[in-house]
Amino acid sequence: MAIIEIHALTKTYGRIPAVRGIDLSIEKGEIFGLLGPNGAGKTTTIGMLCTIVRPSSGSASIAGHDVLKEPAEVRRNVGIVFQDPTLDTILTGRENLELHALLYGVPSVVRGERIKELLELVDLKDRAKDITRTYSGGMRRRLELARGLLHRPAVLFLDEPTLGLDPQTRARIWDYIRKMARKEQTTIVLTTHYMEEAEQICDRVGIIDHGRIIALGTPEDLKESMGGYMVILRMKEAPLDRIRALPYVSEVKMNDDMVEITMKEAHLHLPDLLSNIRNVECVETRAPTLNDVFIKLTGRDIREEEIEDPGGWVESVARYRQRGR
Amino acid sequence: MDYGRFRKECLGVYAVWWREIKVFQREKSRVVSSIVQPLIWLFLFGSGMGASVSVSGVNYRDYIYPGILAMSVLFGSVFFGLYIVWDRKLDVLKAVLVAPVSRISIFLGKVLGGCTDVTLQILILLLFSFLFASVDPWGIPLALLILFITSIAMVSMGLAIGSFLESLEGFQVIATFVVFPLFFLSGALFPVDDRLPGWLQELVKLNPLTYTVDGVRGALLGVNTFPLYVDLGVITVFAVLMILAGSALFSRMK
Repeated sequence: MAIIEIHALTKTYGRIPAVRGIDLSIEKGEIFGLLGPNGAGKTTTIGMLCTIVRPSSGSASIAGHDVLKEPAEVRRNVGIVFQDPTLDTILTGRENLELHALLYGVPSVVRGERIKELLELVDLKDRAKDITRTYSGGMRRRLELARGLLHRPAVLFLDEPTLGLDPQTRARIWDYIRKMARKEQTTIVLTTHYMEEAEQICDRVGIIDHGRIIALGTPEDLKESMGGYMVILRMKEAPLDRIRALPYVSEVKMNDDMVEITMKEAHLHLPDLLSNIRNVECVETRAPTLNDVFIKLTGRDIREEEIEDPGGWVESVARYRQRGR
Repeated sequence: MDYGRFRKECLGVYAVWWREIKVFQREKSRVVSSIVQPLIWLFLFGSGMGASVSVSGVNYRDYIYPGILAMSVLFGSVFFGLYIVWDRKLDVLKAVLVAPVSRISIFLGKVLGGCTDVTLQILILLLFSFLFASVDPWGIPLALLILFITSIAMVSMGLAIGSFLESLEGFQVIATFVVFPLFFLSGALFPVDDRLPGWLQELVKLNPLTYTVDGVRGALLGVNTFPLYVDLGVITVFAVLMILAGSALFSRMK
């Protein structure tokens, strides 16, 4: 049986639907990514699975425990790393873990050993005695990852684990997550809107938009569903109809002076394609990304929704919702 | 509830309490000011007024000593409770609230943590009791018991209010409309007798803190308006009510 089972799960805030019916099952040991723009319903879905948010309808269970009927058992079986940092910044790194161990009833005989093991795993052993207020953003995240795993949860939820970190730190956090998943054999469910990062780490992803899962599969399968490679030509006045008529071309799109062509076996057909058109200023080929999948499915670029400043978040969500109507 | 579950809830209470003690140890400036402030009242206000006033044959400075102890409990406890507004703002509480521990255990841990802080402050203030000639040292344990029960009530009240306050601006409102009236209507600074205007007498008698002040004054100075069982009874009932109200509101907190 799958470790997470979700059936027709919905959540409506007042009259605004946040999650509109999700069916999903996640197997033990998987690293599963829930991808989508801000406001798509990722955080609400995770909230329902962690028993923080009460579902409006539908059901979900974790490790065989129903989120509505056995919330305490569900809580014992999940670890959570929230989007916003939730460390107790007046306590030291070790004290944060000790507090968590007490709250989750980790037996005292294993407590010290377990804390030591996790501090080593996230390379914070030397800073364990420092107050966490003095930690950098990346260190705080690492400690939160360790805290989430402390009670050996069946499932670890990571909500935007790399949000607000610089690219270098982000890469390191993913390394730690990969290492932890391997060592602890934990099922990991994460949300992110960094598509490139998700496709590197996730065994399987679900793309979520407007509260629904619109695509589900391995990153490879989803990218393959795009119908081949992307070839991008920079040129003015492209003969779009002629390109579209070529047998190996599956899709053509024009953006400003860029022609985006999706085609099968680009390495074989590229010379033929170029012989059919003139005035090409520049050619670029690349494999499709999950972001391309997202664009194809929603007609939007997830990066347009990406928010760099946390202050503009509410505004962007509002803007996003408006566009969704 | 089975034993294993009960044990885990107790560990949860202990965990929250332990965290509060750590915070108490680290925020030394807060502790120092919470001790210096009552001393200012006693030695600057009390000595000044005491130069021309005495009550029931007791030097005024000595007379308000129990009242100032009650004030310290009131301020320390209520503001400790209100502090969860800040905890919530910083998301410190979020990780605690998703743990498999009931809200009531988290509430009780907070209450015990606050009471421990306040009681330690009171113990330090009681060390100064030798400076007040009229204080009977044998009354200290009873005074401490009364102040401890009061602290349970007032921390619970602070948490109850704090659980629905949205912002720190609410602090000032609560200070003005709850904390200061409770203090000035408690008889901490004046005797509760027939010389008070009628309306003031009624308000003072409705104030639970009045019974704390009266009980402590009885224990330390042998001067009281109500019998001891009334004082203890009123504050115990008040404490129970506040625990019930606080845990109910805390359970509903988002």
